[in-house]
Amino acid sequence: MSFATKSPWIIHYAATSCNGCDIEVLACLTPLYDVERFGIINSGNPKHADIFLVTGSVNEQNLPVIRQIYDQMLEPKVVVAIGICATSGGVFRECYNTYGGVDSAIPVDVYVPGCAARPQAIIDGVVTALGVLDAKSAAFAQSKKEAS
Amino acid sequence: MGKRTIIPFGPQHPVLPEPVHLDLVLEDEIVVAAIPQIGFVHRGLEKLVEKRDYNQFMYVAERICGICSFGHSLGYAQTIEALMDVEIPKRAEYLRVIWHELSRIHSHLLWLGLVADGFGYESLFMHTWRLRERVLDIFEKTTGGRVIFSACTVGGVVHDIENSELSGIVAVLDGLASEYAELSGAFLKDTSVNNRLVGVGVLTKEQAYDLSAVGPFGRASGLPYDIRSIGYGGYADLANFVPVTSPAGDSYARCEVRVKEVLASIEIIKELVAKIPAGEIAVAVKGAPAAGSQVVSRLEQPRGEAFYYAKGNGTKFLDRFRVRTPTSINIPGMVTALAGCQLADVPMIVLTIDPCISCTER
Repeated sequence: MSFATKSPWIIHYAATSCNGCDIEVLACLTPLYDVERFGIINSGNPKHADIFLVTGSVNEQNLPVIRQIYDQMLEPKVVVAIGICATSGGVFRECYNTYGGVDSAIPVDVYVPGCAARPQAIIDGVVTALGVLDAKSAAFAQSKKEAS
Repeated sequence: MGKRTIIPFGPQHPVLPEPVHLDLVLEDEIVVAAIPQIGFVHRGLEKLVEKRDYNQFMYVAERICGICSFGHSLGYAQTIEALMDVEIPKRAEYLRVIWHELSRIHSHLLWLGLVADGFGYESLFMHTWRLRERVLDIFEKTTGGRVIFSACTVGGVVHDIENSELSGIVAVLDGLASEYAELSGAFLKDTSVNNRLVGVGVLTKEQAYDLSAVGPFGRASGLPYDIRSIGYGGYADLANFVPVTSPAGDSYARCEVRVKEVLASIEIIKELVAKIPAGEIAVAVKGAPAAGSQVVSRLEQPRGEAFYYAKGNGTKFLDRFRVRTPTSINIPGMVTALAGCQLADVPMIVLTIDPCISCTER
């Protein structure tokens, strides 16, 4: 990928994360790692966002919240699961209140393992998600063309 | 009197890195009551002591929270050591305090950045987090991890820090302190910042006492209450320790207490680096906690006092493990401080208790 075709906006939600991955996501936005150079902006509004970053696993209480945020995002959209808890449940997978990774609630496109996931890995995950987003937009445009 | 409206705040909200939900009852623009709802981060890890033995549980205990991670590993290790009557080497105690105080610096800088983001001062947020990266670099160099270190173990610490490296850390902290003076001036002296902080979300000394507010939240209301002054571990060897307090009880006072605590932590680290003894860093711990033995231990997290309770049953698996964290005891104080404020000040006041929801719900 020589240049990003879109300036992707992200929305971040901490599911049952221990905060380790959350503060690393925030650290990505600050001067040392600075994802704004890829045109990435952290947005609070699901309707503005293209990429959904979820940290932590899914439990009874936050399952509807994750689904609601996902449903409010406009197509095409990409979900990135950050950290080992979001991937599979991690050390908490045997806890009574944990369902497992984010894919037990919504479809996930990119997995970023690590405990806590390092900023470099998170940036790599988001840049991979950009490729997925491009492919999804192309498929979306194609289906629209066929429909008309 | 205007019409009453209920506005939901959270669990997903731009100023909150963590999920907490508040039902804000409004009369026009004034908040008359805030009803908290938690449980979005509950995992139930205390129950895991039945599946992980006391050594393995160290790693689960550390992941109670990613910001207070070292504090929780220290608290858990301290509890198990008391339960099994283990005495750890002096050098390990000093190293633990050094990492614990570095964690306090990183946690307070993180909070100062978030609060700057909360009142819309984006560049101050960026600068505070840029400074925080230097503390994370020290962690990465000494333990290999940035936010979760796995440096503490039952019986001591896993990594040693060479004396030459310790003096390097002091040099980094000195550099940090001089840049920090400029930033803290923005928090404490800037007029537009003070307009957002002074007189906002007041919790009086009596209210703080009645609701048992702990940590910087209680100290900003004038309660001189800090567990470090009872002298656990390496803190016993400090020449004199005086808790940082401020009498006003508003958001500005909470900011002031945390700003000054960063400098106090740097002083503590310097003092301990000068005094650190040579020797072993860990003792081998064998056997299991005796049946029926139980212990309560406490320590001062960046956010306040944390309680740990453990009960043994003669096997490697504990019978019960319990944590009470500072944020859970500070929520009544936060709700009191919210009553009567403007709607626009809600994010600020919620941030000033430095909520750590992951600790609270475990």
